[in-house]
Amino acid sequence: MKKSQSAVGLLVPHEPRGPELAKTPTGIRGLDEITRGGLPKGRPTLVCGGPGSGKTLLALTFLVNGAIQFDEPGVLLTFEENAEEIASDVASLGFDLPELIKTKKLSVDYVRVERSEIEETGEYDLEGLFIRLDYAIRTVGAKRVVLDTIESLFAGLENDSILRSELRRLFRWLKEQGVTAVITAERGEGLLTRQGLEEYVSDAVILLDHRVHDQVSTRRLRVVKYRGTHHGTNEYPFLINADGISVLPVSSLALQHAAPLDRVSSGIASLDGMLGGKGYYRGSTILVSGTAGTGKTSLAAHFLDAACRRGERCLCFLFEESPQQHLRNMRSIGIDLEPWVTAGLLQFHADRPSRYGLETHLATMHQVVADFKPTVTVIDPVTNLMTVGTFADVEAMLTRMIDHLKTENITAMLTSLSSGQSEIERGETTISSLMDTWIVLANDVAGGHHRRGLYVLKSRGMAHSNELREFVLTDHGLTMLDAAGRSPRDAA
Amino acid sequence: MTPAPAPVRQAYHLRLYVAGQTPKSVLAFRNLKQMCEEHLEGRYEIEIIDLVENPQLAAGDQILAVPTLVRRLPEPIKKIIGDLSNTERVLVGLDLRER
Repeated sequence: MKKSQSAVGLLVPHEPRGPELAKTPTGIRGLDEITRGGLPKGRPTLVCGGPGSGKTLLALTFLVNGAIQFDEPGVLLTFEENAEEIASDVASLGFDLPELIKTKKLSVDYVRVERSEIEETGEYDLEGLFIRLDYAIRTVGAKRVVLDTIESLFAGLENDSILRSELRRLFRWLKEQGVTAVITAERGEGLLTRQGLEEYVSDAVILLDHRVHDQVSTRRLRVVKYRGTHHGTNEYPFLINADGISVLPVSSLALQHAAPLDRVSSGIASLDGMLGGKGYYRGSTILVSGTAGTGKTSLAAHFLDAACRRGERCLCFLFEESPQQHLRNMRSIGIDLEPWVTAGLLQFHADRPSRYGLETHLATMHQVVADFKPTVTVIDPVTNLMTVGTFADVEAMLTRMIDHLKTENITAMLTSLSSGQSEIERGETTISSLMDTWIVLANDVAGGHHRRGLYVLKSRGMAHSNELREFVLTDHGLTMLDAAGRSPRDAA
Repeated sequence: MTPAPAPVRQAYHLRLYVAGQTPKSVLAFRNLKQMCEEHLEGRYEIEIIDLVENPQLAAGDQILAVPTLVRRLPEPIKKIIGDLSNTERVLVGLDLRER
């Protein structure tokens, strides 16, 4: 943002007017961005969702990150699994609960309630639970508390009215202790939670959802409520993988990207010439569309090669070929990308589009981008991703991805495979408004010759060429021909 | 906690968990004492645990509610929560009366 050339006032429309509430960071990638810093400090947050939606994992990550990254010890009061079971559940994520317990950064108390073992007669309260929680908090000096899933009490105790008034008292008590609490709850029908706990926890409510559509599963997170703070209200896709949980935020749909003035070469001198003589804008998004075999991937390879020559880090997502196929094919036109891979400047990520839902793909891409920190990213071809979701979904999700790349000032090139009915297709029109530059590649068979051509359909912010230029793919790359159909090399 | 050399009938080891001297805990103890005198005379032992003084003892017997009466002996362990005001239910809970 600092590099921006625009007026500063335009850049910060989302800054709150008053002071924001104090926040406790979760350390979960994306979630702290959506909530502008984390969960409300010293208050309870309700996390609800169906079975397997990731509630417990989110809550545990909050605790473990607190203990390790933020020096805030935590207490886990679990009603469903004992400490050993939980520890083994999360061991694969690299969470070493026994070690945290040993070093007094975490206290786990398993509360087991078995209705068949309990007879109820007369008045009682849940002071025993309060005492256990208080004891655990004091033992480790906890700043964070997780109750997972306190609703289990409803199955274990008969007297609903005592339970409800005691839970109300418990949440108030937690606030008085000044601990930041996460309370997980099962999603209910027509209600956020089965037992209506949202009524008691009024500070923040996060809803997790796990949907399967066309055999493809997608996890989403939504901040339903966050009293006293601005927060994103959209549904955000999130991932659970070997690194734990991460949320894909929409960083700034408010169009607050910086607009750098520096230019980057396309890797083809004559194409740079068509783009106002200097190439693409850094941080812009370029669409390269065309039917099969028109040279889209080659154009992208030139771009990657040029970026690596400048010493930039490049990420290339492949949704059609394997990296090996890609390297081999590009070598055939004289572009050898392998040394850049070896040098660690270029990284390939190949995936089958049908492997997950669109959102999961984009969330994965988001994570890869965050890990590799490229300045150039190629998605080849983006159209294969479009087969995975519905039209509106695709548009929304691509908007998020492109938006994120722009925010990070990453120059992105997306290739788009047209089916051939028309040069410009519906899918492309959908995403074209997000694109700064659009290059169309076309094949033409005339007079017994197969001819390739390209033109710049649009390129915002520069005087670009309107010519349709013929080119050839040679063993030394893509070469533009002059008006007489000769390559500069031939002419020379 | 030496098991009384119980002749014919079993000895009862009862533990009452409370949190301070509250009206509920006082009532529960009175109800318990009275019931024991009537039904278990000479073969019972009551241990009172105040969780305010010994909070670390709550987890062992899985105590949530107070007052909670735990029948340690004879086995199996039984739990009765509340002020024990319904003698019938207490007796059923302790297996001293048929359900």
